[in-house]
Amino acid sequence: MPDLSALWLTARLAFVTTLVLLIIGTPLAWWLAQTRSRGKPVIEALIALPLVLPPTVLGFYLLIAMSPNAPFGGFWLAATGDTLSFSFAGLVIGSVIYSFPFMIQPLQSAFEGPVQQAMRTAASLRASRVDAFFSVAVPMSVRGFVTAIVLSFAHTLGEFGVVLMVGGNIPDRTRVASIEIYENVETLNYADAHALSLILLVISFVTLFCVFLFNKRFPAHVRL
Amino acid sequence: MSLTSCSQTEERDSATIAVATNFKTTLETLEADFESRSGYKLDLISGSTGKLYAQIINGAPYDVFLAADQARPARLVAEGHAAAESRFTYAIGMLALWSPSYSDVTADTLIEPNITRLALANPDLAPYGLAALQVLERILLVEELRPKFVFGENVGQTFAFVSTGNAQIGFVSAAQVLALPEDAEGSAWFVPPQLHEPIAQDAVLLRRGEENGAARAFLTYLKSAPAREIIRRSGYESD
Repeated sequence: MPDLSALWLTARLAFVTTLVLLIIGTPLAWWLAQTRSRGKPVIEALIALPLVLPPTVLGFYLLIAMSPNAPFGGFWLAATGDTLSFSFAGLVIGSVIYSFPFMIQPLQSAFEGPVQQAMRTAASLRASRVDAFFSVAVPMSVRGFVTAIVLSFAHTLGEFGVVLMVGGNIPDRTRVASIEIYENVETLNYADAHALSLILLVISFVTLFCVFLFNKRFPAHVRL
Repeated sequence: MSLTSCSQTEERDSATIAVATNFKTTLETLEADFESRSGYKLDLISGSTGKLYAQIINGAPYDVFLAADQARPARLVAEGHAAAESRFTYAIGMLALWSPSYSDVTADTLIEPNITRLALANPDLAPYGLAALQVLERILLVEELRPKFVFGENVGQTFAFVSTGNAQIGFVSAAQVLALPEDAEGSAWFVPPQLHEPIAQDAVLLRRGEENGAARAFLTYLKSAPAREIIRRSGYESD
């Protein structure tokens, strides 16, 4: 019987990561969708980096940055009393960076074009910007939100390299399902590796299937 | 000469050695010595013992396997993937407790209040991790220190955790500590071998290498006095 605590930890990590990404990703994607700043391509390139960088590069830099000897890791240790490496908080930070483009890019394209036009119409009707965002932009971008949330969640489920580099394989804290599978393969425990792999495969497929089903029902931009 | 016979000649003159990561740098030294003595050529593939085992039973093109334990080579023999009479212990690993921030590391350093993380290789995956756990059991610190454990996938990653400062101290291999530059900071306690089961590392000739002269020559060389001297100098026991 495979260790289901790793699966549960993975689900928690994916949930917290997606929530954090939604909170910081929404304003950033909004800014990107409407800005004419010259810095935009730089920001966009930075956000897309995790798509092309090997997770080991990210993991290696994170391992160095999270060390108590480094400014960031030292600050965290002083502020929280716990090191960032080998902790759940460290995995969340790593996962947020790793899944960043999966939240930003669908949101940004949802916010562009028609949504900006509708916002201008709302402004001409004297709606406040915040009011217009929640009553016009958000309902129009449902499809973008669903895609962004599900892809971020699913991508974090599949995370391996970054966790392997900074996790330290601690049960209930950093031993996620992908690490557990790897360890089962290494210890010739192929039965558990099969069971966990199959569970992840089914969860991932169902998740993605639901998005595509949902997207088929909803046009790219909901007309109000 | 036709292409086919050319590649056959090449195959006879070289052997592919699958080696456990902990022994890789030592094997590189041995490789240079062996190649200059014999004229044969070696190709080295390194990885964890478990991963290499999985590759071998799935048909990976390796001639010799230098494992980090005795279990996997024994299993390969039992399953018919390796020649039984070829199996022997080529090195016995030595464990070191190492910290870059303490100048006089002993077992007592483990209970320093400033030590919040103790790195060791995952005992389920790596023989050095298992040995480290046995040492802690022996000196009755395992329960006290368990909350501070962080596990490297192998002894190489464990070393990285300590050298980057993410863990203040860790159980690594003596070979890694001996390979540090002379002026490296910190110190190490070389753990007395009687505190843990021997970390015996076995070599085995794989089915594919049975007709390979280079592979057979290399295994013979590995038992020779010059090779054993290199192995000892690198931080392993060899008898």
